[in-house]
Amino acid sequence: MMEILAYAAFFLTVALTYAIMCLGLNVQWGQTGLFNVGIAGFVGLGAYVSAALTTPDAADRIGGFDLPIVVGWLAAMAAGGLLALAVGLLTLRMRSDYLAITTFGIAVALQLVFQNAEILTGGAFGMAFIPRPFAGLQGQAFAFNIVNLALTGLVVAALYLLLEHLLRSPWGRALRAVREDEVAAQALGKNPVLLRIQAFALGGAIMALAGAVQAHFIGFIAPGNYLPMMTFQVWAMLIVGGSGNNRGALLGAVLVWAIWALSGALISEVFPADQQARAASLQIVTIGVMLCVILLWRPQGILPEVRSVSRHLGRRNKDQ
Amino acid sequence: MNPQAFIDGLISGSTIGLGAIGLTLTYSILRFANFTHGDFLAWGAYLTLTVAGVLGGLAAGLGAPLYPFSFGWGLPLAVMGGVILTVALALGLDRILFGRLRARGADAIIIVMASFGASMALRSLLEFIFTAKPAYFTKALQIAKPLGLGMRATPDQLLVIGLTGALVLALHLFVTRSDTGRAMRAVSENPNLASVFGVDVDKIVRVTWIIGAGMACLAGVMAGLLVQIRPYMGFDLLLPLFAAAILGGIGSIPGAMLGGLIIGLAEAFTVQIIGAEWRAAISFIILVLVLMLRPQGLFGQRGA
Repeated sequence: MMEILAYAAFFLTVALTYAIMCLGLNVQWGQTGLFNVGIAGFVGLGAYVSAALTTPDAADRIGGFDLPIVVGWLAAMAAGGLLALAVGLLTLRMRSDYLAITTFGIAVALQLVFQNAEILTGGAFGMAFIPRPFAGLQGQAFAFNIVNLALTGLVVAALYLLLEHLLRSPWGRALRAVREDEVAAQALGKNPVLLRIQAFALGGAIMALAGAVQAHFIGFIAPGNYLPMMTFQVWAMLIVGGSGNNRGALLGAVLVWAIWALSGALISEVFPADQQARAASLQIVTIGVMLCVILLWRPQGILPEVRSVSRHLGRRNKDQ
Repeated sequence: MNPQAFIDGLISGSTIGLGAIGLTLTYSILRFANFTHGDFLAWGAYLTLTVAGVLGGLAAGLGAPLYPFSFGWGLPLAVMGGVILTVALALGLDRILFGRLRARGADAIIIVMASFGASMALRSLLEFIFTAKPAYFTKALQIAKPLGLGMRATPDQLLVIGLTGALVLALHLFVTRSDTGRAMRAVSENPNLASVFGVDVDKIVRVTWIIGAGMACLAGVMAGLLVQIRPYMGFDLLLPLFAAAILGGIGSIPGAMLGGLIIGLAEAFTVQIIGAEWRAAISFIILVLVLMLRPQGLFGQRGA
């Protein structure tokens, strides 16, 4: 029984790290309409930056400053935000799919850095001995997983409240105005490019934080964690849950991660060992088809965006 | 500096250029960045391989190598089948996915996202059907013949370069001289206005997919012939394809070809000077430079 609970806590903690990514993507896509195909790159950047700062000194690579975990988290957010800022400055003046292509390129380029810049990243073997929060409890799986779940839940809750507040602030409304009708927003004196760049940078910082939180929970990172597959999963989570709705982002993350983990477990039960890699590719096919089906038939996702978000208006046009 | 890098770059640049032609056409006429295009290359290669297998089973003589190339009559025949099947795949995908989203008036970026989802599904489906193990069109080994100035190339490679040149010329003439080509340019300028003037927009969309998917299949076969066939080959080529299309200027066929050659050469020199593991980074660097210095590309029009 305790084992199952320990596993459930572990599962939920990982799902919640994906939920953080989803919240970041929701700022970029849901609120602002920016298409980021390089989520894995931003998440990986956060994980590597935080790991480099907080791991103990290692002989064969630069880094290992043994700093507190919180410093790593903050540095990861700064790195993700700066990278997103640079990408935004480069592409957000142009048509929307240039951003998609550039972020795709960022993820490919960062993946190469993770793989090949051994002196910084440990190369294909990745980085181990990343300090885990509450490491003193590591001996007791249940207690360790529960306190980590609480910590990650706290991060998610704080982010959720912050983002909900931002969403209802004048800044959040201006963002949606830009998304819905750029010319009208401009006529009202809003600067669409500046707003987009701000939203993209905020989203990038949140994704990098997700990478750092995940890396510290697992304690080990390798380039293979940050493949395009991850980008794709996070997109599926947000689209399934409901883009534009932060609760939808959280729901989608837990739901899609559950589908993923259960179908993975099913595959390892049903298929013989030599066919498992092959069967696992069917998982990806399923998620890809699911994404397309939702885009075709229920583009708003399970929890649609709530249309009116100004406190002063209430929710009068809720049923629109 | 090894002059061989020049030939290597020209060869891989030819396949990138051919692939980028389809991408640049769908981008300018259907107005979205198609992330499934790389997978059309991979599907083209696998479909051709499958047709070749079927043909080889029917008539054994088709596999005997045609001197001086490494493949027999079976491959050109199989390529025709592969092109038809790849075109059918692209048209089918347009019918069930992209066309529906277009008809609903969905934002371009929603269609880009759908193409991203479809690309993941298509690639993993290849992996499921054919497994991740690399496949080859031919097991025959070829000796590279000296060309002078310290450069060598195999007959297969020279054929790829020659064929690419002929195809690009033919396509360029088709788009600039024929009525269909003029209609394609009209739709890319303004679809509504073109349809008011009696252009059959649906037909132009079909022609665009036919050319794009056909070229993608050829590029995939060439890449498979020169290196190997893997489910991820199209994904690995996607960034070079986008970089080539944007470098050449969206909508320009000669631009896409020239962009492909530049990317191919830059990759080959990167491999020589820095190391093969950084090869894929050069497309990204070129892409960023183009976006910073000349976002409309070499032959593109402003306001793209």
